[in-house]
Amino acid sequence: MIPTAFDYQRATSIDDALAKLKASGGKLLAGGHSLVPLMKLRLSEPGVLIDIARIPGLAGVSEKDGEIEIGAATVHHDVATSALLREKCPFVADAASDIGDQQVRNRGTIGGSLAHSDPAADYPAVMLALEADILIKGSSGSRTVKASSFFQDLFTVDLASDEIIVGVRFAPVKSAAYAKLHQRASHFAIVGVAAALDVKGGKIQSARVGLTGAGTHAVRLSTVESALTGKPLSKATIEAASSNAGAEIKDINSDIHASEDYRRAMIPVFTRRALEAAMARA
Amino acid sequence: MSSPVLPKLVGARVKRREDPRLIQGLGTYVDDIKIVGMQHLAFKRADIAHGRITSIDTNAAAAMDGVEAVYTGKQIAEFLAPMPIGTPFPSPEHRAVAVDNVCFVGEPVAVVVASDRYLARDAADAIVVTYETLPAVVDPELAMTGKPAVIHEKFANNLAVPLVPSGTGVAPDGSKMDDTAINKAFADAEVVISQRMVNHRLAPSAMEPRGVLAHFEPGKRTMTIWSSTQNPHILRTMIAAMNGLGEDQVRAIAPEVGGGFGAKINIYAEEYVAAAISKRLGIPIKWAEDRSEAFVATIHGRGIIGYVDLAAKRDGTVLGLKLRLIADIGAYNMLLTAAIPTLTMLMANATYNIPAVRATLTEVFTNKTPTDAYRGAGRPEATYFVERAMDMLARELEMDPAELRRKNFIPKNKFPFHTQMGAVYDSGDYEKALDQALTNADWKGLQAQRDKMRAEGRLVGLGLAMYVEVCGIGPSASLPTGGWEHSQVTIERDGRISATTGASPHGQGNETTFAQMLADQFSVPFEHVTIQHGDTGVVKQGIGTFGSRSQAVGGTAILMAGTKAKAKMAKFAAAMLEASEDDLVFENGRIFVKGAPAKGKSFAEVSNFAYIPVPLPPGLEPGLSEEAFFEPSNNTYPFGCHISMLEIDRETGEPKLLRLVAVDDAGHLINPLIVEGQIHGGLAQGIGQAMIEEVVYNSDGQLVTGSFMDYALPRAIDFPRFELDATVTPTPVNPLGAKGVGEAGTLGSTPSIVSAAVDALSGFGVKHIDMMLRPEKLWRIIHGKDGKGGQA
Repeated sequence: MIPTAFDYQRATSIDDALAKLKASGGKLLAGGHSLVPLMKLRLSEPGVLIDIARIPGLAGVSEKDGEIEIGAATVHHDVATSALLREKCPFVADAASDIGDQQVRNRGTIGGSLAHSDPAADYPAVMLALEADILIKGSSGSRTVKASSFFQDLFTVDLASDEIIVGVRFAPVKSAAYAKLHQRASHFAIVGVAAALDVKGGKIQSARVGLTGAGTHAVRLSTVESALTGKPLSKATIEAASSNAGAEIKDINSDIHASEDYRRAMIPVFTRRALEAAMARA
Repeated sequence: MSSPVLPKLVGARVKRREDPRLIQGLGTYVDDIKIVGMQHLAFKRADIAHGRITSIDTNAAAAMDGVEAVYTGKQIAEFLAPMPIGTPFPSPEHRAVAVDNVCFVGEPVAVVVASDRYLARDAADAIVVTYETLPAVVDPELAMTGKPAVIHEKFANNLAVPLVPSGTGVAPDGSKMDDTAINKAFADAEVVISQRMVNHRLAPSAMEPRGVLAHFEPGKRTMTIWSSTQNPHILRTMIAAMNGLGEDQVRAIAPEVGGGFGAKINIYAEEYVAAAISKRLGIPIKWAEDRSEAFVATIHGRGIIGYVDLAAKRDGTVLGLKLRLIADIGAYNMLLTAAIPTLTMLMANATYNIPAVRATLTEVFTNKTPTDAYRGAGRPEATYFVERAMDMLARELEMDPAELRRKNFIPKNKFPFHTQMGAVYDSGDYEKALDQALTNADWKGLQAQRDKMRAEGRLVGLGLAMYVEVCGIGPSASLPTGGWEHSQVTIERDGRISATTGASPHGQGNETTFAQMLADQFSVPFEHVTIQHGDTGVVKQGIGTFGSRSQAVGGTAILMAGTKAKAKMAKFAAAMLEASEDDLVFENGRIFVKGAPAKGKSFAEVSNFAYIPVPLPPGLEPGLSEEAFFEPSNNTYPFGCHISMLEIDRETGEPKLLRLVAVDDAGHLINPLIVEGQIHGGLAQGIGQAMIEEVVYNSDGQLVTGSFMDYALPRAIDFPRFELDATVTPTPVNPLGAKGVGEAGTLGSTPSIVSAAVDALSGFGVKHIDMMLRPEKLWRIIHGKDGKGGQA
């Protein structure tokens, strides 16, 4: 639990952070709840940490033109307790309130979670269900990546080493929910499913379902989504659509907390639970 | 002069006086203590479970700026003897730092001394060790056949303790065995329950990891050693012996200690090494354990396999019990390692009047962290094996589990009761505790509620467990250190009272309970009493806090020393008041002749006279400071009944504890609030073992649960509101009638929960489930994927 020596720099703006990143080849530090544990175990030994947690304007939940934006440095607790999210997109707040424990939620940030992309993190599934825009700034300018193409592989996302996530932006969805099977030590997801439904006149116009915990990285359950689309919103529809959820995924994680068999069996259960909870909000 | 008499504090729910400082971060722990010139230790530890050291290259580490010294195990062995143990069993040589072979992941292989902790760690990382890897011995039952390797040459088949029998027909020294009675019990049986059960390993996980600061002063030839320990006096003895010093030359200090749970009884390699290096270099040496080290370098608890056979008649009368124990003790014997499973044997009789009980114990070396005392230490294992078997018997006979117990209890008029295992239970009324728990839980109503929930398709179960444990340890025959406790009570010159206790607390709240007792004994305000502990320079003698002994044994010593000091104080007061000491009344901090309060003297006045006795009353020595040693005539045997209601999610297998009803009988209670806190903590760890905590090694002997990311500790959210109650059956072995309560929560809760889980899943043909109740394990039973036809 003793990290190797490192230098610490505090960035005052995004541009300052980018400049420091380029100059040092260091690692960004926000809440430190993914990076610092790895450093303490000496699994990560960055020479320089660039602290972006206190950059003005990088934290906060706001609404603009009907869309919600969450700043990258917003801590989980602030997402969990955001009145705006509670009113317009409550499942994001629900998911945030179920991350780790209170100490983690007081420090961990949404940008850090997404950049790190732990295979069992909660936010990636939520971002997939929202099809959120991941807002990125780099030395060559700003760009936006859709969540569905952002998460690529184990701890691998569409983010270059000279880029910073500055926030996420999404259209709020009320009829959405997140359901999670807790790993009881870390309280990461053994299986976590986020589901968002667009319902009109009792019919599912479209559905987005994000899955975390099961494989190398969070993925959309497109088979489930298409099985829902155009169908009447009902328990029967949900049951049918979720019964085989995740079957197409080739590599499923297996560890002391949950074998591959068990995880596979839990994907339909938590898909159905997320969809039913979303239905209750439709 | 008619102010009301100070309220009686003994028996009152006084808030812990320790808490404000602890909650505000004002406690001083070992790692908070700094001495000028202090250097830091870091250990290079084995990263394989079993191997022969072929080379150690310390050059890079030694060359680092700020590194004072680097020692390999061989170099340490030149000035530090092998680690001592406190049990009479044969033991392999155990070096604090490995010399030839490493036998568990985390075993020290080299030591760095450096100017700061970070540098020390960097230097330890720079040491390169190569090994010839040997097969890892992980499964204790396989290990007993000598496979896949023999860890210690002189211990064939890895047998640390080959086989110790105990119980009916066995002579106390084990020399003679007569199987007639036990064989007859099983021959007469109409039903026999047989089950292999695993009581798995746990990581004690105190909130404060261990730490030590050793300061040898070459000029004075004295050693002061601060350590996060439960027993500074035992530490003093061991450090003195290991460093060629007298006990008068060693001062051991346990400052604030952030939990121990038994794991801080042991005197560890790091303590011996820090002291030895401090003495060798003549500088203060500190080591602070980090959490990763705590998982491998601090002892583990439990780790016992029990083969249980229970013989009974179909009316529920238990005729005999056989318990074959296999303890997976890890790589070495630590201070009490070998003795802990003997407590499982000792308590095999449980709360029952069983005509024939036979236990055997085999202790096995494996390539794992050594085991030793962990909250309950051997008794939870006994309770678990017997109570699970009783539950299986009730199920087999279709008897109410409460009524089966009632039928077999040791009746309350049979105490003191000599068990088949050689224990003498001091006092007990098991039926009363059972009835109280059944009433509080509304047992019949609870059964109806369970049945109703089941009818709705829910998987709900009830579990009930009785327990009796051995506490208040104990007579000197039961401990290699002696089993007494010591106190010195002083009326200071200003009339305030200070009292020392050798029962060094680390979360038990004895600063509060002991002050309550003395405040009552002298009739002074609680605030006028201070309890001193944890420093052998202040507390001249002591044993320590473990085995739920601090109140029963330490508290009695306080009472005895207080009685002596009060008697002497009365003599001085009598001289001042020109009265007979027998006519004096102590009330509200004053001493006066009965019926004449106005003429009384304050404590300050009497004390001032005692320390400046002009003239000194005849036959008295000056001063008011008296000491006492209390040697209990027996251990105490607290008991109780725990009832659990558990629901299992049919789809996911996740268990949820719905109710936990506990009735605990610890005899007289000094402070029911603190007792409840102790029970809450014990329950958390007992429930933790049943449902949440498990040390897991892989087949290479690597600890898979080496961090809190994989080793789960229970959280408040995992528990229902605990429904506690008490019956009071005083012990006759001490004048307080107090039995001890620190470990009680870990006894009954665990089997009651597992029995509730079995009850919940009884529809699937399951008869026993090994802990811990992982959701996947339960899911496999529910969904027929356990591959064991219900015998999961």
